Amino acid sequence: MMIRKDLVIIGGGAAGLAAAAACRERGIEDILIIERGDVLGGILNQCIHDGFGLHKFHETLTGPEYAQRYIDMLHTRDLPVMLNSMVTELSSGKILTVVNRKGLHKIHAKAVILAMGSRERTRGAIGIPGARVAGVFTAGVAQNLINMKDFMVGRRVIILGSGDIGLIMARRLTLEGAKVLMVLEKLPFPSGLPRNINQCLRDFDIPLYLKHTVSGIHGDGHLTGVDVVEIDESGEIIPDTAKFVECDSLLLSVGLIPENELSRQAGLRLDPVTGGAVVDEYGQTTVPGIFACGNVLHIHDLVDNVSLEGEALAHGMKLYLSEEALPAAGIPVIPGNNVRYCLPQHLSGHAPTVISFRPSVPGKLHTVRFIQNGKILKKKSLLKINPAEMERIELDPELYRGGGELTVDLVPGRAES
Amino acid sequence: MYYDLVIAGGGVAGCAIARELSRLQLKIAVLEKEADVGWGASCRNSGVVHAGYNNTPGTLMARFCVEGNEGFEDLCAELDVPYRRIGKLVLAESPEEMPALERLLAQGEANGVRDLEIIDGQRVREMEPHLENVFAAMYSPNSAITSPYQLTIALAENSLANGVDIFLNSRVERILTDTDGDGRARFTVYAGDREFQSRLLINSTGVHSAEISAMAGVDGYSIYPCRGEYYVLDTYAGELIDHLVYPVPKPGVGGLGIHLTPTVDGNILIGPSNEYISISEDYSVTVPVMKTLSMEARGYMHQLNGGFYIRNFAGMRAKQAPPEEGGFYDFVIREEESRPGLINLIGIESPGLTASLPIARYVSGMVKSVLQRMGVDVRINTDFKPVRKGPVRFSEQSDAVKAALIETDPDYGEVICRCEQVTKKEILQAIENPLSARSLISIKYRSRAMMGRCQGGYCTQRILQILKDEYVYCPGEIRLGKDGSWVLSGGRCDIT
Repeated sequence: MMIRKDLVIIGGGAAGLAAAAACRERGIEDILIIERGDVLGGILNQCIHDGFGLHKFHETLTGPEYAQRYIDMLHTRDLPVMLNSMVTELSSGKILTVVNRKGLHKIHAKAVILAMGSRERTRGAIGIPGARVAGVFTAGVAQNLINMKDFMVGRRVIILGSGDIGLIMARRLTLEGAKVLMVLEKLPFPSGLPRNINQCLRDFDIPLYLKHTVSGIHGDGHLTGVDVVEIDESGEIIPDTAKFVECDSLLLSVGLIPENELSRQAGLRLDPVTGGAVVDEYGQTTVPGIFACGNVLHIHDLVDNVSLEGEALAHGMKLYLSEEALPAAGIPVIPGNNVRYCLPQHLSGHAPTVISFRPSVPGKLHTVRFIQNGKILKKKSLLKINPAEMERIELDPELYRGGGELTVDLVPGRAES
Repeated sequence: MYYDLVIAGGGVAGCAIARELSRLQLKIAVLEKEADVGWGASCRNSGVVHAGYNNTPGTLMARFCVEGNEGFEDLCAELDVPYRRIGKLVLAESPEEMPALERLLAQGEANGVRDLEIIDGQRVREMEPHLENVFAAMYSPNSAITSPYQLTIALAENSLANGVDIFLNSRVERILTDTDGDGRARFTVYAGDREFQSRLLINSTGVHSAEISAMAGVDGYSIYPCRGEYYVLDTYAGELIDHLVYPVPKPGVGGLGIHLTPTVDGNILIGPSNEYISISEDYSVTVPVMKTLSMEARGYMHQLNGGFYIRNFAGMRAKQAPPEEGGFYDFVIREEESRPGLINLIGIESPGLTASLPIARYVSGMVKSVLQRMGVDVRINTDFKPVRKGPVRFSEQSDAVKAALIETDPDYGEVICRCEQVTKKEILQAIENPLSARSLISIKYRSRAMMGRCQGGYCTQRILQILKDEYVYCPGEIRLGKDGSWVLSGGRCDIT
């Protein structure tokens, strides 16, 4: 039996929850959230540290508290949720196959919001050489094991990669009684947020070694230690510098990958840089009626931004459900100098526009410029730029509508008026 | 404990021999040093069912490979093991490689391999549009793929169902040989904390076969471990090719060259490398080899970039040919004259997986004649059950079947491994496997959980929770694989 729904949201984490609340706020009645876990909130549930919600709620919340704010909103608005349910298929015609303990369900949705989040990059993906032993975890798995399952992963720990989860876990493991020996980062700059470097490493005297990596994993059965090695200017390891360091656990915090299995099935176009869908300013993908937000679209550093992105879909969603189509997005947005990627990747010029982008390399005072047909439409000074921190800047559609390709670039110095 | 027959080594050959001999009324023990069957070369290879053109005519390798290929589909059907006859392309990149290709074809025909043909670059590109640098190819339509670990597990489970005893964690430490009152050979094998007595001892221990033979009193064999490293690519890469893709073999190299191997699960393997090493169980992966593999892969297809990599692993060839010589020596499978009752299998390397069934039949023939010589009356086991049913794979079923499965057991409705869509029911079946193999790797090989692109990022914690809650494991006793490979340094129930 086919169930029919106006809007199905895949994923009840930060992105899906915010999108659901905002869509209901806009008057969309027939919404269903499908969540694979047994509670809403997604990855927020295992993020028991604080620091969430500074922008959104102007206070510092833990992950579960942040999620609860949205869960409460949903409850007061009586939004239906399917828990413990896995979407196993999504067609371009927006037919979902959902599996749970009650059966296999087919749902035909008028519109879909992809909010499946991301997964962690693994040892295999980055090819760390050495023995295949127990004791190597991704940081998020370790976080889940410790915070949700009451399992401990090791006593002498090295963390590879200075991503935020790794930094958070350095502090968490220390508080759990483990000795975190060091955090290694292959780049010359950390990839996590400055506040996490301070609060999770410096405050606990955990050394961060930039331009270092792991060049060998040792052990027979379980991890006994790793080779720590320096990296030269060109990013190659310097073998002579390798030092064996005894440890019983190695945590990897080497990046997140948007989880776009269902998006691929639906046939929408993915951006090779972000790993997420190509979207317009409505958040609509290249398949009409399928929208995306949160980490499934691109990796965020702040959950507050995930929520904003989810909420921003409501405008386009309301329009799509009443008009059954949105204006064509014919204006490409191109990352220029020192911009690794920007979103949306194309614009129609008919809706409120927020351009999200990440710099390629960090720097002090810079100016971001929005350039179309050789003309600078808008520019803004940024006191510092950091690949770890996504920037979001509003752009008035009046400025660019009707024009061609829009380039976003970063140049050193202050914006002259 | 007394057995008619002890088989040292629970790899694909040992398990195939055990199953074959369970057709007879014999008391058989398989001794495996690891915590599960097939953890040596048997689970660490390309999973290719070779056609038989790579081997020198007249050798056991050639004969058993061709026979093995012909019987493989039936074997897999009996044992409910995946098998796909996808065919192989051996590529020549230039006219200079054509004579080598012609020689390969002639050798194949001499071995009795059917349906080999040389095809031109145009046809190759029609079959595999993404391949680059193709001049021509030899097409071998009967080359196939299987799941080598599932096959080994299936052979072991079927042996068990037919009365064979399989002892895991039972490394052979010592072998005493003497004769009984009637002058017949008698072996006392010390393995794990047990003692086994038998009339016959079959040594099927792969890279350890020379040591075990020496332990049983027959010196003179040498095994040179030769490591082969692989990359495992995402199933998205699997969409790019349909056939096995091999290079023309280089003379004097003890491998078949770095090739692209589709797996029965839809991944692609790149590898294996070919490196003689001193430690027989050093399954490390190394940077120079990873670089070579990724370069070779891009040489076949430029799309095969690092974004597809999900894992590395290494296997070990049990080579008799020393490093300075390279190449292949024929399988040695014989009852030792100086030690009647000892049947040695030495140098079972590629195509050992393909040849496992013919090897088992050959050994079975030997065992029968040895027992007759000893005056032992050998009877047929009329209860022999050739068919083994594997677990139902939820992800492979139609929607209607999936719905019906969930209705019969709601555990089918709980997806634990997201990447491979493995349900809780399949995890429970894997945990409760007939061999009582209890590590995470055992669960992985049986269910495919933890094998997908997230490499257990989603499901590992869920499986650990099931082990703790439903099977009352203390977290500290859960093992990844072998002895000592503890996964967690503790949890609440470990604190006393």
